[in-house]
Amino acid sequence: MQTISQYLSADHHHCDNLFADAEAAASANDIAAAQAKFASFRREMLQHLAKEEKIMFPAFEQATGSSRGPTSVMRMEHEQMRELFAEMQAALDAKDTGTYAGLSETLLILMQQHNMKEEQMLYPMADRALREPDSLIGQMSEVK
Amino acid sequence: MSIASLSLEQAPPISVPFRFFLSAPLFLLLAALALLAAGPDALQSRWTPALLGITHLLTLGCMGMVMSGAMMQLLPVLAGTPVPNPRGVAWAIHLPLLAGSALLGGGLYSGATLPIILAVPLLAFAFAVFLGLSVYSLAVRAQAHNATTRAMLMALVALLFTIVLGLLLAAAITGLLDLPMPQLAALHVGWGLLGWTALLVIGVAYQVVPMFQLTPPYPKAVARWLGGTLFALLLLWSFHPLLPEPASGILALVAACGLAACVAAFSVITLRLQHKRRRKVPDITMEFWRTGLACLLAASVLWLAGQLSGALADSTFYPLALGILFLVGFALSVIQGMLYKIVSFLVWFHLQGKLPVGKTPNMKDIISDRAARRHWRAHLISLPFCLAAALWPWPWVYAAGGALLLGAALLLANLARASNLYRHALANGHGAGHPEK
Repeated sequence: MQTISQYLSADHHHCDNLFADAEAAASANDIAAAQAKFASFRREMLQHLAKEEKIMFPAFEQATGSSRGPTSVMRMEHEQMRELFAEMQAALDAKDTGTYAGLSETLLILMQQHNMKEEQMLYPMADRALREPDSLIGQMSEVK
Repeated sequence: MSIASLSLEQAPPISVPFRFFLSAPLFLLLAALALLAAGPDALQSRWTPALLGITHLLTLGCMGMVMSGAMMQLLPVLAGTPVPNPRGVAWAIHLPLLAGSALLGGGLYSGATLPIILAVPLLAFAFAVFLGLSVYSLAVRAQAHNATTRAMLMALVALLFTIVLGLLLAAAITGLLDLPMPQLAALHVGWGLLGWTALLVIGVAYQVVPMFQLTPPYPKAVARWLGGTLFALLLLWSFHPLLPEPASGILALVAACGLAACVAAFSVITLRLQHKRRRKVPDITMEFWRTGLACLLAASVLWLAGQLSGALADSTFYPLALGILFLVGFALSVIQGMLYKIVSFLVWFHLQGKLPVGKTPNMKDIISDRAARRHWRAHLISLPFCLAAALWPWPWVYAAGGALLLGAALLLANLARASNLYRHALANGHGAGHPEK
């Protein structure tokens, strides 16, 4: 049986790999490849964020009776990531790989310190607080 | 601790970590100037007053500053525990650490006892606050208990030993107590470098290397055992004088070889993980890490050689080279490398949301790769110069001092520019341009 921790942490690693591919293509000045790889990175990331925001966070908030705790900070950081995605897309559209590199670096740090907090604290807490992980994982897998 | 009181917010005000980060290069600058002023005489032995002073400017003033600032920033992220009253705590640590480091460094350098006597209560106070805060956060309030928090707690215990031994040494050097100084000094150095510094870096590496450099994770057995083994070996090594010969000598040799093996294993494993990293784009922090790990490996090999060859161990070069490789080569490299990531991220983090959409400078606008790389080169060049100076103080001490001075100045300039960019961007309410692109 998979835990919520394992399921969502695997998402992080998957997205990390896509992130690195997009960054490598941009760094090699291969705009077409960078566009394609960034698109798949962004798609998978948005899907992951949606899984948390639509399924996991609400379930967690209900189980713990608080919507102002850790999930509110996580939602805020998701928003910051989305803003960076938009700026990165704009940089690629302008073929400005220098700016893309700086934004990519910034996103990496934001994303990883965020993932660290989720993987070390929030997910394990969710594993403890949420009774039916299988059903939640099933619902998350259907999020588009 | 209840979930409602858990805050995953990462943010003490930016002034909290920045006062520490900006103080660090000043002490590095001071240390380099002190080396230039003292000249070849400073390196006649590891015990010259000048070298003792310079070393403490480096360890307390430079490294201690960055470690304190980074800890205040990292505790919330690593352990889910924000620092209570961060501004007050920052004052209580920063000011006495600043004054205490300058006084102790100056006192040791000049051989004057008054500054040392003044430094003792200041440093004791700063470290008491720092230790109390960190241990409370990690041991009592922490949400996450893992290899990193375990290694950090052991590092903090090692820091406590280092400080207590340091206080005893201060009492001995000022004539207050009659104590065996060389033995105490060996313990002080051992716990400060292999205990506090190495364990802290190891604990941080477990998180930082896989996550920020996109490498495979550390092997489970390494994360589980390395820190504890290192700590246990340090204890063995410390207590060997209490045993009768020949048990004492054998134990010392076994513990020393074990310590060298632990540290070498950490460098090799980390270098291999980094070699397999998924993120292949040039990264200046990574260059600093690799420089640091290579020096750590060299230091452990040299230490091992010193255990086997009495002639080497008794040479003047040996302790100087060990200190250079460990402090300047390893600790300073890793610390400065991480400083670039932390400082530029924090400026971005505290600006975003306060500026119009799309106007927040990104991390490479805040500290450009070019500027950071220039500093790394100066730092790199200082290493062979320092080692040459350990062999032939004249004339190499001037090359070493000059390169260290240049490195410190470039670090200071890079950090000051980031800090100014933050202030200007806030004052103007928009991004402050893209310097040095």
